[in-house]
Amino acid sequence: MSLGLTPSQTVGPFFSFGLTTEKCSVRCIAGPEAKGERVLLTCRVLDGDGVGIPDAMLEIWQADAEGKYNHPDDPQEKTCDPEWRGFGRMGTREDGSCEFETIRPGRVPGPGSVLQAPHLNMAVFARGMLKQFYTRIYFSGDPANQEDPVLALVPDERRETLMAHPDPAKPGHWHFEVRMQGEHETVFFDV
Amino acid sequence: MRHLANERSIITPYRRHEEGCQPPAPYQAYESTIKRSPSKPLTFLPHTLSEITGPIYGHGQIAETDNDLTRQHAGEPNGERIIVIGRVLDCNGRPVPEALVEIWQANAAGRYRHQDDQHPAPLDPNFTGAGRMRTDENGAYRFVTIKPGAYPWFNHYNAWRPAHIHFSIFGRAFISRLVTQMYFPGDLLFAYDPVYQSIPDEKARQRMVCKFDLETTQPQWALGYRFDIVLRGPEATPFETP
Ligand SMILES: [Fe+2]
Repeated sequence: MSLGLTPSQTVGPFFSFGLTTEKCSVRCIAGPEAKGERVLLTCRVLDGDGVGIPDAMLEIWQADAEGKYNHPDDPQEKTCDPEWRGFGRMGTREDGSCEFETIRPGRVPGPGSVLQAPHLNMAVFARGMLKQFYTRIYFSGDPANQEDPVLALVPDERRETLMAHPDPAKPGHWHFEVRMQGEHETVFFDV
Repeated sequence: MRHLANERSIITPYRRHEEGCQPPAPYQAYESTIKRSPSKPLTFLPHTLSEITGPIYGHGQIAETDNDLTRQHAGEPNGERIIVIGRVLDCNGRPVPEALVEIWQANAAGRYRHQDDQHPAPLDPNFTGAGRMRTDENGAYRFVTIKPGAYPWFNHYNAWRPAHIHFSIFGRAFISRLVTQMYFPGDLLFAYDPVYQSIPDEKARQRMVCKFDLETTQPQWALGYRFDIVLRGPEATPFETP
């Protein structure tokens, strides 16, 4: 049996009182008790004119410090960090930005025996998007990026758009830009 | 090591979208999509553990009145009281239990409780317009609310959105995540609404329209509507990715 899928529609301009209230937002993907290298991640979503999108919502899904997802379909014989949820959701501010508090995830299995480089999975929702767009956030300078099977699918010159960068002035702070269009358009995935 | 490698490689990928059942991006008739859609083709991603897992636990507390939008204030909201029920299923017909379903909507006059909605229709002190609940073991959900009004927007001359309730659903995987809108049968504004019309396939479009349901309707109290939601699910059989 195969049922037809319900189509996607835009979140529209008024989702904040339903999806990103204080109660429904999740800024803290990993609490202070979670194991791993602490990351304060600032994301910014920009439209085709390079202007921040103030009515976007970002959702993040990631593995724990050992590369284990908190999900029954993860077959790895490891137990998840008991403090681990792995999900974040924030609405953007006037300048298109928002923050997440998390840790650098471990490496999760990819196809075959290859391990993926540490990454966060991101879905972008906004007024003016009839469906969510998927991208990934990798950590610039991580040696594992060289052997990541998903980055290998992306042309050299566009890989940089999937990198978060450390803030030189503030240890533990990272920045990631989601550019919908333009010269440095972020790579989005057909999942 | 060999055993471990094999174990790692086996995941069940999810079914892909069928042609015509998802909105295109950009979609010229909905003007805001033009500067907010990728201009380059998407990169095809074979599914890994990252795609087929997703947040299914712990979405915070759900309060008792969170699925009854008519009981969140001291008095009753204005408008036509309705009951919306349905099931969340995957495309294999399997119920999705414990799925978080969130809704938000305009009030009976078509006004949202949001600072950016300033059109001259009254707010209702007894209506916020947001609800959430989890599906039960059969994938079923139920909301009590009021029928939202149509509302104007600025996309084109004399633009009005057909009455709708926004739905956000978390399925089993991060890629089965769905945000959609539920419409009401026979709305005369369908023909003029680029959001509704953005779905090319007519049958798929109709899957966003709820059905009047006499079984759900309660005498002397409220009309009932049924809205089943179908999310992406796994391919039938696991296969080994090369
Ligand atoms: Fe709406």
